[in-house]
Amino acid sequence: MLETRATAYDSKIEGNVIFTRFDAALNWVRKNSLWPMPMGLACCAIELMAAAASRFDIARFGAEVMRFSPRQCDVMIVAGTVTYKMALAVKRIYEQMPEPKWVIAMGACASTGGMYRSYAVLQGIDQLLPVDVYISGCPPRPEALLAGLMKLQEKISLEHSFRNQKPELAERLEEALA
Amino acid sequence: MTDQELFDLLGNKFEQKIQNKTEFRGETTYEIAANNLHEIAAFCRDKLLFDYLVDITSIDNFGEEPRFEIIYHLYSMPRAVHLRLKSKVPDEAGAVDTVSDIWPTANWHEREIYDMMGIKFNGHPDLRRILMWDGYPFFPLRKDFPLEGLPSEMPDVAFTKVTPLEGGPFVTVPSTATSKDREPRARPPEL
Repeated sequence: MLETRATAYDSKIEGNVIFTRFDAALNWVRKNSLWPMPMGLACCAIELMAAAASRFDIARFGAEVMRFSPRQCDVMIVAGTVTYKMALAVKRIYEQMPEPKWVIAMGACASTGGMYRSYAVLQGIDQLLPVDVYISGCPPRPEALLAGLMKLQEKISLEHSFRNQKPELAERLEEALA
Repeated sequence: MTDQELFDLLGNKFEQKIQNKTEFRGETTYEIAANNLHEIAAFCRDKLLFDYLVDITSIDNFGEEPRFEIIYHLYSMPRAVHLRLKSKVPDEAGAVDTVSDIWPTANWHEREIYDMMGIKFNGHPDLRRILMWDGYPFFPLRKDFPLEGLPSEMPDVAFTKVTPLEGGPFVTVPSTATSKDREPRARPPEL
């Protein structure tokens, strides 16, 4: 008689072994420990700080580690108005982040320039950097930032991490196993 | 000493140099020529005890001669009196004497005026741009500079582009219509 049993993590059948796809494991690890680079330029930085504080608690998502060194960060949260004067500094910091890296444009100013249609404001940080998630709001509530972070986590979970990171190895493996 | 006696002191000392005096709802304004400015400002601080420079600002009257106007707001802390000094400057070549040796706070205010209008200040210790970057070729708050900006490029420092205005500046119109009709949206300038 066929019985189906859910095999748990440390069940007697398989022991302490899980079989999964490498991509799934890598994406799970990456999305649950997204260390932000807080590019807090203006008022949205206050809401970013609020999201990191105890009431809204970005630490639930593994993202409380707001290291201000770009070398140790995964996601750059551009929170605030990007002036032309600051724009190239933001780009320079983005280029110092190691792969894999993502960008969240938080708030109206980072997404499109916001209410500042003027000579001094860059109309959206996506004119310089590739943005993954846009969060609207002026400023967005901390819950909105957390929702944007969750959307980024969904996006990361759908990535082909192994193939993106090691394309030649993936091809050779495919040829070898074909 | 009442306010009026204070201003009379100023008026009597510099009779020939004051071009105009207006008083409106308790605010006194003196118009003076730009080359007398430093002397009168020093007198205001030393003898009349106007020790607090509240603000320096500038106006571009594009189309009038002289083109610019610099306005100094003074306040006397011991006497609690406000005073305004205005002086007209023909154009950016007509440089004005700095008052940063009288009130050190004028340092950054005059840098901002230089950055936004292009008016130079003689004797300023550090006259360079404060809001835009050094080497930015325009003076943004002049009337002939467009709201959406002009393109410029300084490699490795900064760049500017023209902002898409999508049909005009987003302004509201003062009227007695409902707020739905008055809400800020792109209005072509004819309306």
